Amino acid sequence: MTTEPRKPPPQFIFRLKRALGGKSGWTGLAVQIVFAAVLAWVAYEIVANARANLETQRIASGFGFLKNTAGFDVSLNLVPYSGSDTYTRVFLVGLLNTLLVAVIGIIFATIIGFIIALCRLSPNWLLARIGEIYVELVRNLPLLFQLLFWYLAVLAALPGPRQSISLFNTAFLSNRGLVIPRPIGEAGLDPFLIAIAIGIVGALALRSYARRALFQRGQAIRIWPTVLGLLFGLPLATMLIFGLPLTFEMPQLKGFNFAGGARVIPELVALLVALSTYTAAFIAEIVRAGILSVHKGQMEAGSSLGLSRGATLRLIVVPQAMRVIVPPLTNQYLNLTKNSSLAVAIGYPDLVSVFAGTTLSQTGQAIEIIAITMGVYLLISLVTSAVMSVYGWRINRSLGAGA
Amino acid sequence: MSTDPIVNISTLNKWYGDFHVLRDINLEVGRGERIVICGPSGSGKSTLIRCINALEEFQEGEIVVDGIELGPNLRRVDEVRREVGMVFQSFNLFPHLTVLDNCTLAPIWVRNIPKKDAEATAMKFLERVKIPHQANKFPGQMSGGQQQRVAIARALTMNPKVMLFDEPTSALDPEMVKEVLDTMVDLAREGMTMLVVTHEMGFAREVANRVVFMDAGQIIESNTPQEFFANPQHARTKLFLSQILR
Amino acid sequence: MTDVTASSFVRQDLVPERPAPVKTTGFIGFVRTRLLNSPTNILLTIVALLLLWYTIIPALKFLLVDAVWSGKDRNACLAENTGHQVGACWPYIQAKLTQLIYGFYPEAERWRVNLTFILAVVLLAPLLIPRLPAKGLNASLFFFAFPVVAFFLLRGGGLTGFGVSWVASLSQLFGDSIVNAGQVLVNLSQNSAIGPVLWGIGKLIVLIGSAVGWLIFPLTWLRDQLQMSGQPLWYDFLLTAVIVSLILFFLGGGMRTGQRALLASLVTFAGIAVVIKLMGLDRGGLAVVDTRLWGGLLVTLVVSVTGIVTSMPIGIALALGRRSTIPLIRVFSIAFIEFWRGVPLITVLFFATYMLPLFLPGNFNVDGLVRALIGIALFAGAYQAEVVRGGLAAIPRGQGEAASALGLSWWKTTSLIVMPQALRHVIPGLVNSFIALFKDTSLVSIVALFDLLGSLHATFSDPTWSTPTTAFTGFAFAGMIYFVFCFGMSRYSLFVENRLNAHRRN
Repeated sequence: MTTEPRKPPPQFIFRLKRALGGKSGWTGLAVQIVFAAVLAWVAYEIVANARANLETQRIASGFGFLKNTAGFDVSLNLVPYSGSDTYTRVFLVGLLNTLLVAVIGIIFATIIGFIIALCRLSPNWLLARIGEIYVELVRNLPLLFQLLFWYLAVLAALPGPRQSISLFNTAFLSNRGLVIPRPIGEAGLDPFLIAIAIGIVGALALRSYARRALFQRGQAIRIWPTVLGLLFGLPLATMLIFGLPLTFEMPQLKGFNFAGGARVIPELVALLVALSTYTAAFIAEIVRAGILSVHKGQMEAGSSLGLSRGATLRLIVVPQAMRVIVPPLTNQYLNLTKNSSLAVAIGYPDLVSVFAGTTLSQTGQAIEIIAITMGVYLLISLVTSAVMSVYGWRINRSLGAGA
Repeated sequence: MSTDPIVNISTLNKWYGDFHVLRDINLEVGRGERIVICGPSGSGKSTLIRCINALEEFQEGEIVVDGIELGPNLRRVDEVRREVGMVFQSFNLFPHLTVLDNCTLAPIWVRNIPKKDAEATAMKFLERVKIPHQANKFPGQMSGGQQQRVAIARALTMNPKVMLFDEPTSALDPEMVKEVLDTMVDLAREGMTMLVVTHEMGFAREVANRVVFMDAGQIIESNTPQEFFANPQHARTKLFLSQILR
Repeated sequence: MTDVTASSFVRQDLVPERPAPVKTTGFIGFVRTRLLNSPTNILLTIVALLLLWYTIIPALKFLLVDAVWSGKDRNACLAENTGHQVGACWPYIQAKLTQLIYGFYPEAERWRVNLTFILAVVLLAPLLIPRLPAKGLNASLFFFAFPVVAFFLLRGGGLTGFGVSWVASLSQLFGDSIVNAGQVLVNLSQNSAIGPVLWGIGKLIVLIGSAVGWLIFPLTWLRDQLQMSGQPLWYDFLLTAVIVSLILFFLGGGMRTGQRALLASLVTFAGIAVVIKLMGLDRGGLAVVDTRLWGGLLVTLVVSVTGIVTSMPIGIALALGRRSTIPLIRVFSIAFIEFWRGVPLITVLFFATYMLPLFLPGNFNVDGLVRALIGIALFAGAYQAEVVRGGLAAIPRGQGEAASALGLSWWKTTSLIVMPQALRHVIPGLVNSFIALFKDTSLVSIVALFDLLGSLHATFSDPTWSTPTTAFTGFAFAGMIYFVFCFGMSRYSLFVENRLNAHRRN
């Protein structure tokens, strides 16, 4: 009497319909054809108009201009550059400057952001309110406003180099920027770096060994003294053997300006301050939300199992909070990177400023240059979101077992 | 009961991917007939009545609702849906609309009935389910039982020829089951054609013309309620009844 | 050891309430528990107080105590003239106020800007107060009628044609363009391996283009007749009103239920006629004020309001497209959204300023402000799309199923059931992106438009007011304006959210 299960019929036409038109079937296909025709028409219009316009403006399209000599100077270059280099080199210099500001900005923004988040979560009422005011104030003012404020008002109001504000007599802040000691590598540098690398690798290996020992043999090993020794003792030892890894060239006031030391141009200072304080406000909110998102019961459950407060935080609260924090945090890092393009407003030589700004106005190759610039940012975004979706997929998988 | 069936399901087969959920279902529903479909969870009973309303696609077979033929290509979905009302397990009232707006939405937008007439009709049905005084409340302000009664009224405003009930009382607190069942009994007395997926065997005994027992995607047994409960034929039916009636 | 089971106990008198040994309520209790309850906390309180001392006090001193309140030029704000440390230089703001609000909008025409601001407030305020009725009418006035009126008020100029002429001209352009495209394909076919195919497609496209031309011939003929008459705008307007009303009448259900649509259409057209008459659009309208003269808060508000109004439909369409099952629509939506979200707004503005004019026909001169607006609308639309998508994802599937089961089509299900709920869900997210958009409008100053921030920047270079504190004063003033708008929006969204939640609870 019972009917045995069997395989579904192939339904070729149905599947074809689905593939071509989605759930709407043949209607969907028709919609797509019309849509494709419209897109094709728009594309044709763009190409035809661009061609005609370029012809009347006598601009030769193509990427040949990249090999031409730039002929202008850039105030900050991480790779050797002079005015006689090509536009390709300009692109590279600009890209590296963008990455420089992004990386340093991300580090500062994270530090400030976590501090503000802790302030806001603090049981101290006054501190919590201060954190709140900071977040509200910074989030409700445009970033460009803050950038110009730091650059045009604060940095410009600083005294000249002769009256520089001295920070512990090592760094000097003036309206010409920030002068910091310049590190110079010595003979001991290579062994020192190797020692640090060995220390890190060794500490990680030790940690996984201790984990395995705990999980498989139930043997708790105290590793932190050894880890401390590896991370600090080993580099110290190499310093004693091979000598100092670095010496610092101290900046000295000579005449009207500083001699020696490394000068951080004021544009970079303003950009870094603006980007990191602005992004920090958003990071603080993300971190706060992440920590608050972990249910109070989780902490109670941890302590009721007899875990110490530290162990509960480390093993239960932080991993759960990180799941909530990491994706929007990455988003903020991306935002910071994209926002670093505001550099063009104060003349910090980032990608947009030297490439989409100066190079564009010199060559007039708008289409190529803007496409390259957008492409760079797009690439950074897409790679990051690809990494994040892998992360999200792993998290979902680990949570999916329960759900 | 007239001779020509209002719903006629013939050799209906449905797969989710490679999983054969409905297997060779044949079911005729006469005008005014009240059928209760029961069976263990995962037996495909909800899927079956969702197929009648074209909320689910099927791969083989045919469903004819009041002369409107619904094949695997579901071309005449809209016509069928106008003839068939549906009540869901989770009510699915529209939370952003008042009770009255919930009931007038479809008449106004599907049947193009002027708003005044639609509201009059809606009030009539709300009176029938005994909540006319709550017409201007939002669904979120009502109890589950009241919401489900509104859902029944909402389906009735379209003057359906067939009503489908997909476990209408499963999401309700025990004390609210009765008010919904009473509404359904009233509806049955008025001669509405009903297909009800439910575990409320008391309801089946009271109003059903026929009880259909499904398991593993097929109809195992179909009989009058008296015969079905007193004298189950198939082993699985017996097992099911022994589990459910304790 | 006492025997617990054997003992029985009956309370004779109730234990009276007594105060806690350490006071934890009231101001003293508050200070004790929230500020000074442990050594660490005492330390933190001291740190916080120091922080406040070194920020709030100097700020207040700068803004109020040391501030200069009157004067004619920079001399009033110099320390050597006042004899004390100088804080904010408010006379500078006073002198530059008109520039910060209107830019270089001609003085004689500024009443138009003021009128626009007043109209905006009058229409927006009742929209924001939930208790007031007629939200639908109010919203359509604000989102559809107001932008048009504001355009003719702020920019000026009149109309020479209406619906019929526009449709005729646009379709003519479209038809010509298609014919051209086909011709290009036909020409390409001569030196190509798949020549015949290209030739065929090209000819087909030419045919379609010509067909468009033939189809709209009555319209173009009508347009030419209208333009030759004495009152082209009014005749065109009447004709458009009749045609549109009839179409709406029949779409609305003809004699049976179409009356409402007909009435609405006639009322709308009557409103349009009043506006045309009042503003004299048929007689050339108000004097044209070039957008290059616009500036200050005016530009900031124009850009942000236009951005908000235009990005919403773009965002909704993209969000629906991204959830569509039709492959091309979905892929296109995803690509579009990810593209605009992946690039910084500045590059978008560069794109709109330098690249967009190259993509348009040579005789098509797009205003600089409009170009920036297009860029911002596309950019903001992509962000809105992701917010709306979040809302769509939060709607249970049963809602759509219930609507389908009632016989509603996809379009009606989406517009009546799914979208209203989805948008309600994401009000905070939407307002957040409105705030972001409002802040981002400051970037237009980089492409040579003088919004509030750009105008402020421009005033710094005026030697009449160049003092050490000018910049600080300017930033303090502009900062307050930005803060009031952004903070206001975020508080309003909290208010709406709480209201909706309260509604859900009871």
